[in-house]
Amino acid sequence: MADLKFIKMNIEKNRPAWVTGTITTEIGAIYSVSPDLTRVDYWEHLKCRISAFRNNYIVNPGLYAVGVPDKNSDVLVSANYKLSFDAFRKALKGLNVWILVLDTKGINVWCAAGKGTFGTDELVRIISVTRLDRVVDHRRIIVPQLGAPGISAHKTTKATGFKVCYGPVRAEDIGAYIAAGYQATRDMRTVKFPLVDRLILTPMEINPAMKKYYPWYALIILTIFGLQPGGILFMDAISAGLPFLLLGLISVIAGALVTPVLLPFIPFRSFAVKGWITGILAVFLSTTYISMLGHLSKVLLIAAYLFFPLASSYIALQFTGASTFTGMSGVKKELKIGIPLYISGVAVSLILLLIYKLGEWRVL
Amino acid sequence: MKYLSNTVSLEIFPEHCIGCGSCVEVCPHGVFAIENKKAVILDKDRCMECGACVGNCAFGALTVNKGVGCAAAVINSIISGGEPSCDCSGENKTGNCC
Ligand code: SF4
Ligand code: SF4
Repeated sequence: MADLKFIKMNIEKNRPAWVTGTITTEIGAIYSVSPDLTRVDYWEHLKCRISAFRNNYIVNPGLYAVGVPDKNSDVLVSANYKLSFDAFRKALKGLNVWILVLDTKGINVWCAAGKGTFGTDELVRIISVTRLDRVVDHRRIIVPQLGAPGISAHKTTKATGFKVCYGPVRAEDIGAYIAAGYQATRDMRTVKFPLVDRLILTPMEINPAMKKYYPWYALIILTIFGLQPGGILFMDAISAGLPFLLLGLISVIAGALVTPVLLPFIPFRSFAVKGWITGILAVFLSTTYISMLGHLSKVLLIAAYLFFPLASSYIALQFTGASTFTGMSGVKKELKIGIPLYISGVAVSLILLLIYKLGEWRVL
Repeated sequence: MKYLSNTVSLEIFPEHCIGCGSCVEVCPHGVFAIENKKAVILDKDRCMECGACVGNCAFGALTVNKGVGCAAAVINSIISGGEPSCDCSGENKTGNCC
């Protein structure tokens, strides 16, 4: 993105439905956006959530107006990820403010701040590109608090003259924050991780697990169980492999859905341990209550108890990426202990399968 | 919810702190408070090493080993030898991320 003109051309070419008109300012016309979300917006959100077509939902960076802002109106900063931007404009209903959208390559505020695309340099750049100093008379911008890992308030002020005020964590508190004279309560400043948030994030865990790992897993399982001295038998592969395919699905559910949802209620702080506990329970419940799984031979049952809880543990560990309270040092520690365990667990399970196969072929 | 105890790399150097309160303002987990005109760490285990406090302390009174607390990122860094970073950025976006 080169300059303001480019932003405008881009919008003119493919004007989104949420652009409702323009506001005339000293530096030219600024697009105004509607604070009302439409059915189209919600449909797009759903698609964002299940991580399809995300790239199409990038908002053009630049300056936008909500309501009828003037030279004294507040300037709020957002990312150009559609979910972030939409949460913002919805929360701004009834206010007259400017929105400054940074180019975060379509990534939400928090993730982008973590990688620095929602960062001091980009903020300084967009303030100068949009000639914000001529649009407003005051020198104050409100940055979402979760952008703070990427933004350095004192450096921004030094470079632009604009003072950075950190707004609340949640967009819906923005009205209350402004009304209170740019004061956020402790509650507004704290990140939470309630059930709904955890649940919303689970498709992002289940999807990759099913797409990336499960097909390989299924292939390996079918090959192993189908393998006979005379070659690979398809019927054997299906009938003997099915319980393991099912247990594979169950451990994905245990690690990617049950563990995140029940996160605060599962004992221990380690995600790997939480996932392992859920996995053990899942295998126990399945082998007790699903009749097909109750008839596994002893060797296979041991292999199942060894392998699937570890799989669930590994998948649960991936949820650290979506969580709002895990730090890098902790994750490194978990992996340092976990990875050798996962590798040896898989190795021992394979040996057990081999023993089972050899018994089946009457070699042992 | 708290993550593992005694792993967090956050450090404070009270001799540099002027008690401006920026760290209290930006920390999303309420790790700091100001007591007697100095920042104090209330509960280190709550820190997620996001680095917001360090980047917004103009007086160099804080350090943290800043990074993403994300297993996929750390595993990627082990494999590729680089710094842990989630794979949701830029061109090779997998959509695997928030
Ligand atoms: S931001 Fe730095 S100087 Fe200000 S209170 Fe915190 S530690 Fe002290
Ligand atoms: S690194 Fe982030 S979570 Fe940790 S104390 Fe600083 S602001 Fe708070």
